[in-house]
Amino acid sequence: MIKASTNQWKDQLFRIYGIGATFFGLLILGIFLVGIVIEGFSRLDFQFLSSLPSRLPGKAGILTAWTGSLWIFGLTSITSIPIGIGAAIWLEEYSKKNRLANLLEINISNLAGIPSIIYGILGLEIFVRMMKFGGSLLAGSFTLSLLILPIIIVSTREALKAVPRSIIQASLAMGATRWQTIWLQQLPAASSGIFTGIILSLARAIGETAPLIVIGALAYVPFVAKTPMDEFTVLPMQIFNWVSRPQHGFIVNAAAAILVLLIFVFIMNGIAIYFRYKSSKKVKW
Amino acid sequence: MKRGEKIIEGVLFLCALITILTTVGIIWVLLKESISFFTEVSVFDFLTDKEWTPLFSDKHFGILPLLSGTLLTTVVAIVVALPLGLTIAIYLNEYAPKSFRKVVKPLLEILAAIPTVVYGFFALIVVTPFLQSIFPGLSGFNALSPGIVMGIMIVPFISSLSEDALAAVPSSLREASYGLGATKLQTSFKVLIPAASSGIISSVILALSRAIGETMIVAIAAGQQPRLTLDPTVPIETITAFIVQVSLGDVPHGSLEYKTIFAAGLTLFVFTLILNNVSFYVNRRYKLKYD
Repeated sequence: MIKASTNQWKDQLFRIYGIGATFFGLLILGIFLVGIVIEGFSRLDFQFLSSLPSRLPGKAGILTAWTGSLWIFGLTSITSIPIGIGAAIWLEEYSKKNRLANLLEINISNLAGIPSIIYGILGLEIFVRMMKFGGSLLAGSFTLSLLILPIIIVSTREALKAVPRSIIQASLAMGATRWQTIWLQQLPAASSGIFTGIILSLARAIGETAPLIVIGALAYVPFVAKTPMDEFTVLPMQIFNWVSRPQHGFIVNAAAAILVLLIFVFIMNGIAIYFRYKSSKKVKW
Repeated sequence: MKRGEKIIEGVLFLCALITILTTVGIIWVLLKESISFFTEVSVFDFLTDKEWTPLFSDKHFGILPLLSGTLLTTVVAIVVALPLGLTIAIYLNEYAPKSFRKVVKPLLEILAAIPTVVYGFFALIVVTPFLQSIFPGLSGFNALSPGIVMGIMIVPFISSLSEDALAAVPSSLREASYGLGATKLQTSFKVLIPAASSGIISSVILALSRAIGETMIVAIAAGQQPRLTLDPTVPIETITAFIVQVSLGDVPHGSLEYKTIFAAGLTLFVFTLILNNVSFYVNRRYKLKYD
């Protein structure tokens, strides 16, 4: 009998420990966000958003950084979305169960696990040097596209898999071709799932720093990029540059820039969560 | 009609082929420059020399100091993330009400969505000064603070994946254990964790690989001083932070210093590749099958 009560007691103790651990994780997240808001919020004004970089923390701004991030967002979307969805459709719908398909499969899971800085080294040699794009927006967005491609492919395949076979068979039986079935039935049915995956992977691309450092994105760019061949900086680069300086004014700037970056990232994650919720509610086949 | 379909299939196949080309490209780039590096520096020196000073006039090319730096931050990160992540997984899966889990899981996953440069800021500006108030001997740059912050970053990796593995254990096992009078704690540790072990171990290995490849946190908060040490309180440098340091500097293309980032990158690539594949293997090979 004593043993049973000891076990009950241990069980309760673990419950408290579990709640503690869970709230500890959330607490850290809270401290972290509140700390950044306290440090950076007062610096966040129109001057900060519309100024070029400067040696003086009070005059410096993030105009080149946030426009650079928007450029990267746009260019990376244009390259990674069609290729990612295309590859996923081929793997899910056309590939036969052979060695090639197996190889592609293993390869994609491996690509997803390669550190982002290695993609930077690839981009440096292929896009910056061999294709002679230099440290341009184009080189940066191609590098990031390769980085997020595996994530887009995996999530698109999951979404396509969730479309019931009966829909596909019905479409084929009506005389639609393979592609008509994919384009008119499967893609629309899987669209919220696909969209969720794309948004999450683009949010990741927006926050990446390491591969862009390696391909030679600059911390100091005194002009707003006008074409994809221009040199650029992005918000994470600007934050990294400011964090490594000793003056307190730059730390405040870094916190303010982090706020802007986090707003970008959280909005994108919010949209993704909304679509995931919507797709889980929608059509029960 | 038939021809159009064939063309579409071909284009889609080319999209899939890009993933293979990416892998081939990475291996080719790393090998090409590394081979050229190893014609000037012997592999033996690279693996055994205890100093890494490619940017000084007295050059040494021993990877060991960078490896020890990487090992140090990774171990600290796992020591933080494993107990925390696994406890959260067990708590959310066995103890917490469903509604609580539904709210908390996405909230914790926010931790994984935050850009790593932001964690670097956090490590340098918040955690290091806090640790210094407890351990006065701690340097401004060290392995401890970025390691702890990295651990917090990978908590959701371990907690989410382990929770999925625990949830996948058939409820008949759980019910049988309760039927024998076991508590939730006993059921968790004696039945569920062993049954879900392959999923849990593979999640931990993935987290390890993630920590080894993590760049910005260590580049900001760990320092840039490669040294062969297991002391987490002094400045060190990891493989990834070294690549960042060279990339930011003015190293001429084609020089030996420039090629060091490829040799360092190759080392990093090999380690993460091995870990990722061990993780897949464990997950596939040791998964217990229930009818």
